[in-house]
Amino acid sequence: MRLSYPSNVKVIQVPCTGRVDIIHLLKAVEDGADAVYVAGCMEGECHFLVGNLKAKKRVQYVKKVLQELGIEPERVEMFNLSAGEGPRFAEIAREMVERAKALGPSPVKMKKAA
Amino acid sequence: MIIADRKPLGELLEMVKDCNKVLILGCKGCVTVCNVGGTKEVGVLASILKIARKKEGRPLQVDEKTIERQCDPEYIALVKDQVGQYDAVISMACGVGPQFLSEAYPDQRFFPAVNTTSFGGALQHGIWSERCAGCGTCLIHHFDGMCPIARCSKSILHGPCGGSAKGKCEISKEVDCIWDMIVQKKMEKGRLEDLTKMKPNKDWRTARDGGPRKSVREDLVQ
Repeated sequence: MRLSYPSNVKVIQVPCTGRVDIIHLLKAVEDGADAVYVAGCMEGECHFLVGNLKAKKRVQYVKKVLQELGIEPERVEMFNLSAGEGPRFAEIAREMVERAKALGPSPVKMKKAA
Repeated sequence: MIIADRKPLGELLEMVKDCNKVLILGCKGCVTVCNVGGTKEVGVLASILKIARKKEGRPLQVDEKTIERQCDPEYIALVKDQVGQYDAVISMACGVGPQFLSEAYPDQRFFPAVNTTSFGGALQHGIWSERCAGCGTCLIHHFDGMCPIARCSKSILHGPCGGSAKGKCEISKEVDCIWDMIVQKKMEKGRLEDLTKMKPNKDWRTARDGGPRKSVREDLVQ
């Protein structure tokens, strides 16, 4: 399909989103990522049954933490799409980049650079 | 096990506001089992504190360590060379941890990272429930395996009270009336008569009413 998506999205592959833990999302924020998102399979379609549902709850946990710290929880998000939806993958990447741009640089990174 | 909840982040950040370098010390005992103070939770809290302080523009150095238990002097002794290197140490153990650490290292400040809530068990992964109040004189055998001291909101020994409705306690529809459950089970097993038996008053001196408690096994003391 040769679809393009913003080059400032760094993709980290995992065998299943169930592998994504709270600490992975937090570390990305801690290291200054403006936004982090998890792209999992459609709900109910997980090869390991509940991997994407676990990831969803972990994303919610991190959103809550960010809220408590006064950081926009929208910087972390969970998306669900099937492996066959290339165009949707590119669309999500553009959507999150747009969201990050609208929110501005991460307050964690800004202070770090200062 | 001892059950605890992590303190609100605001409270923890307030504790370390004057610090530049802290150690988060986890415990591999009960708090690991109830997912509040083991190696994993230590890592998560460390990252959260670092994010918060980076946001403020005052980075905090947070080191992580988890020991077998914080309720035994031999394990507390293992961090002897480390605790002095920090502005403060955050203990992720139950309330015993910060106290044993403070007693062993009186020159260091130890902050509790968790609120210790109860003795209980896991109903399922992620849900823990109180089962024991540590009253010092166990009466569970009189109540068919259910403890009214820990599980009745009023800790009454002659329930159910007037607040019991449809098997729930008046404090919340989420809370089962343990006395309803005790009576139901007694009826099922044909042992309802047990509840009419006269018993001496419970001696509350073995509970907190008698002051701080200590258990001694003479054969083990050296």
